[in-house]
Amino acid sequence: MSKAVSELNGARYAGLAEVADAGLRGMITLRGDLDSAVLKSAVQAATGAGMPGIGRISVAADGAVAWMSPDELLLLVPYEEAGAKLAALQAALAGEHALAVNVSDARTYLRLSGEGAREVLAKVSPVDLDPAAFGPGQFRRSRLAQVAGAFWMEEDGSFGIICFRSVGEYVFKLLKTAAHPQSKVGVY
Amino acid sequence: MSTRLAKHGRLIDRSKQIDFTFNGKTMKGYAGDTLASALLANGQVMMGRSFKYHRPRGVVASGAEEPNALMQLGTGDRYEPNQRATTTELFSGLQAQSQNHWPSLEFDVLSINNKLSRFLTAGFYYKMFIHPRPLWKHVYEPIIRKSAGLGAAPDAELKDADTYEHFYFFADVLVIGGGVAGLQAAKAAAASGAKVLVLEQNSYWGGRAPVDGGTIDGEAPEAWIEKTLAELRAMDNVTLRDRCMGSGVYDHGYALGYERLTDHAPGQGGPRHRLWRIRASQIVTATGAIERPLSFAGNDVPGVMLAGAMRDYVVNWGVKPGERVVVATNNDDAYRTALVLHDAGVEVVRVVDTRETGGGALMEAVREKGIRVELGRAIAKVKDGKSVTEVAICAQNGEGGAREIVQADAVAMSGGWSPVVHLWSHCGGKLIWDEVTASFRPDPERPPLGDKGQGFVVPAGAANGEFGLAALLEDAAVAGAKAAEAAGFPATTVAAAKGESVAEAQMEAVWLMPAKADVKLRMKSWLDYQNDVKVSDVQLAAREGYESVEHTKRYTTLGMATDQGKLSNINGLAILADSLNAEIPQVGTTTFRPPYHPISLGAIAGEARGEIFQPIRKTPMYDWHDRNGADWEPVGQWRRPFAYLRDGEDRHAAVNREVKNTRENLGLLDASTLGKLIVKGPDAGKFLDMMYTNMMSTLKIGKCRYGLMCSENGFLMDDGVVARIDEDTWLCHTTTGGAEHIHGWMEEWLQTEWWDWKVYVANVTEQYAQIAVVGPNARKVLEKLNAQAGGGMDVSREALPFMEWRDGQIGGFDARAYRISFSGELSYEIAVAASEGQAFWDALMEAGKEFGVMPYGTETLHILRAEKGFIMIGDETDGTVIPQDLGLNWALSKKKEDYLGKRAQQRSHMVDPDRWQLVGLETVDGSVLPDGAYAVGEGVNANGQRNMIGRVTSTYHSATLGRGIAMGLVKHGPKRMGEVIEFPGTDGKTYKAKIVDPVFYDKEGEKQNV
Repeated sequence: MSKAVSELNGARYAGLAEVADAGLRGMITLRGDLDSAVLKSAVQAATGAGMPGIGRISVAADGAVAWMSPDELLLLVPYEEAGAKLAALQAALAGEHALAVNVSDARTYLRLSGEGAREVLAKVSPVDLDPAAFGPGQFRRSRLAQVAGAFWMEEDGSFGIICFRSVGEYVFKLLKTAAHPQSKVGVY
Repeated sequence: MSTRLAKHGRLIDRSKQIDFTFNGKTMKGYAGDTLASALLANGQVMMGRSFKYHRPRGVVASGAEEPNALMQLGTGDRYEPNQRATTTELFSGLQAQSQNHWPSLEFDVLSINNKLSRFLTAGFYYKMFIHPRPLWKHVYEPIIRKSAGLGAAPDAELKDADTYEHFYFFADVLVIGGGVAGLQAAKAAAASGAKVLVLEQNSYWGGRAPVDGGTIDGEAPEAWIEKTLAELRAMDNVTLRDRCMGSGVYDHGYALGYERLTDHAPGQGGPRHRLWRIRASQIVTATGAIERPLSFAGNDVPGVMLAGAMRDYVVNWGVKPGERVVVATNNDDAYRTALVLHDAGVEVVRVVDTRETGGGALMEAVREKGIRVELGRAIAKVKDGKSVTEVAICAQNGEGGAREIVQADAVAMSGGWSPVVHLWSHCGGKLIWDEVTASFRPDPERPPLGDKGQGFVVPAGAANGEFGLAALLEDAAVAGAKAAEAAGFPATTVAAAKGESVAEAQMEAVWLMPAKADVKLRMKSWLDYQNDVKVSDVQLAAREGYESVEHTKRYTTLGMATDQGKLSNINGLAILADSLNAEIPQVGTTTFRPPYHPISLGAIAGEARGEIFQPIRKTPMYDWHDRNGADWEPVGQWRRPFAYLRDGEDRHAAVNREVKNTRENLGLLDASTLGKLIVKGPDAGKFLDMMYTNMMSTLKIGKCRYGLMCSENGFLMDDGVVARIDEDTWLCHTTTGGAEHIHGWMEEWLQTEWWDWKVYVANVTEQYAQIAVVGPNARKVLEKLNAQAGGGMDVSREALPFMEWRDGQIGGFDARAYRISFSGELSYEIAVAASEGQAFWDALMEAGKEFGVMPYGTETLHILRAEKGFIMIGDETDGTVIPQDLGLNWALSKKKEDYLGKRAQQRSHMVDPDRWQLVGLETVDGSVLPDGAYAVGEGVNANGQRNMIGRVTSTYHSATLGRGIAMGLVKHGPKRMGEVIEFPGTDGKTYKAKIVDPVFYDKEGEKQNV
């Protein structure tokens, strides 16, 4: 629907790394028993992706599943399909003790890419971003300076970053500051 | 006078001359100079005035331990006081000013304090200025502030021109210190495969070794340092950072590194400082040692320096401290200074060695140069002045009589070396007293402990009390390997580099010079240069009963200055021990706290400044509000419009307009910030019955109910409307500030107490833009939008009655509409996807034109609810108020066996009939009561204050009623309807208000139910 606008509305900045609004993304928070076969197959059907391990994201063609906590997953789906995917998920989980809600519009989704991406992120998040410690497929809920955030690494070495919509602008400016061209750390 | 030598100066580049200014005078230095070395090269020995007595002071050290040479650097938005000349790298255009003098460094009026020093002893301020009390604030304090102190504070109106940042880094082994011990330890740790980070505070590596001499693996130390650096740089698992000081060690291997990126090149762009926030499995402290001064009279006269520092100035920066130097020592190391000075062409007029038996090979080498060495001798006194002119020499083992006067312009002193144990000690590492070196060193049996009880700091080299190149390098290699092994890497042995240095004779512990110095000498023998604490002050404290070293520290201010007693602490506590007739280890040390050396506040703040100082939470319609006159109000981290100001309107006029328009036509409120929690599961109803005071399990699907939440102590903590979504799903609205807190509160109960209940909670606050459509025309605008869209949700009174909700489409938007009212008017709160919020708002504004639509802000929201007598969490509640105080007994379920807070509300104090209770307040003259004003009753309390009988909780001008209205909590309030009570204001007036019903408007509630 054309009425929907992402919080950052296409903003981008190129410094040590490129920071860009990654647009609207369908997101579903799913809480339930992650060992349940019903839940697993419902997740697979919604995203095309299998269950991720602890602290990981499992990525398929147009969907992905991220491990959020021992009883919570984050499902990534195309924005326009979030409503239908949610309905299908809820139908598949009928009778199971589970909670699935659409949080697509509650979030800002950014992409951080380029050579300096690890260092830029390591300035704002207390996470070991050494290539030996954090690689593609890893997913982390942490903080981005003063706000909650989560990120993962794609196969191409870029990071997907999500935060709450209300602080999307803060996170964009934060990453932009951290990506100042003259602030290279030079360790990764 | 000090000058630049023609030779020497391994760190300076004589081809790069640099201009800088000191107190406005242009001077020249070289690239590689510190400000201190450049000032000395220009003959500027006196660099400041002391803190209390305004005595002339010169540089005494060459590194981070410097107490005297503090400068005001830069100007305007790059001005900074109290910067050490010794750690300031010289750059072109540097502007330095000395501190703590008036009118000038050379002539200082307040140096009269020096003449009064007999009266300004330890505890003087405490004793002198305690009476009469009022004089402290208005007379004494301003005078003392003018007289005592360091640099001037920066201009409060200016903002720091620089930026700062943090960087998180993880290492298996963190090595603090890049001297030869640090490099050796790093090499040993890295050989095991561990990830190693090495921090060096200076811009150069290798520490003191190149100055102190000896050989490593048969070569000069420089050659080994270069080779080892090259090896370490070639390893992928090693990171080396210079200009980065390890400033603190904290619990669980957390450490801070303070990297100074542009201090030596201001304005080059990028952050000025970077604070490294490091997690390390193991930390090696290779922090070296600091030389101790000797306590003789006049040991603070400009030109008196630590012997090692004097050596540094010659070797590193090619600066000679004077023409004629006296060296005073209790150990062999200072003879190295004599040799270096002699080699540089400086006349060493005397070496006075306190030891009757003298030193070893180094002393012999000095004698061979023809330098006069006197044993068992001491400095009785250096003559006061702006520089050294005369040195009186006497027997060490005496009172200072029978002096020989020698002419000299500089003095090198050495009282021995103390390991830098600060970082070892920050997190609880313990110390032992080493009789041989007369210093505290790390106790290997008692390191700081990590999460599993394991030691996580390993000291290395001189920091571990190992002096002499051979022992130091061996110790460092073992430390590095031990740290790597403790970090989980296979044990490896790396052969230590083979160090050779001249063997030294036993030093002698000397804490006072001469040993029985009379009181006149002791009153001029400085322990703490920066805080002007003398031997006599510590002795006085001991006589007055300050036996604990911590008490003595605070009474005398020993070690409390910005250098934290790096030079003074050991000497001071030795004097204290002597005064108390105790052993030094019994007296112990004061606590070592981070940071090791002052770090900038900018580095601590990091990137948090300007527009990212704090996150500001914005609703989807924020930009629209901003363009349309929003006068912003912070609500937690959210920004909400207080009111929308039109041209020529003030806040008050805007609010009155918004109130009237909402009551008469149509108002829109951005209510997106209200918390929205989804609670789902077979046990959700049971759970909500515990969370809320009301019964939520019986709420019918499609209906809404206002609910109260109390803490386990019974106090009202949040309120909001709960909607039943389906058989096992509820949506709970919380206050704006309560969303995260109440979410956490629910999770806590579910995870800790009722972990077996089948309930899940999700916070969906930000998924929705929620707009309150309020006023007599509310339904009309929604019906118009639906008509325009060719149909939509039936919002009629019958299809969507008061306190119900429906899902559907409004104006073509997927929406959930709640018929709830916080204003007393016909009202719908409509939630749409946040991403469509602006579009929906625009549609309402457009369609609402013909119905008189206006947005309204939080102040109007408050007034509308106050006119209706609705309470507001945070106004009527403050953490001490229970629902019963607010007349909300109707919302406390009598049918439920339990809810959080129920038991607490039955306690005697909670059912006390004297508790203040909610009433309405109407001023007799129609004015507005001051917010927070207290009502006074008869009599006075034990403190002679008027007895209080109530207070104002909310107070507004009601545009609807044309008068002031208020709510308040009043003792026996509901039983006192019609009584007039008094509220003294802070403006001197007394306000009279009548106690009335809190519902001022539409008491029957007809207007919201149409």
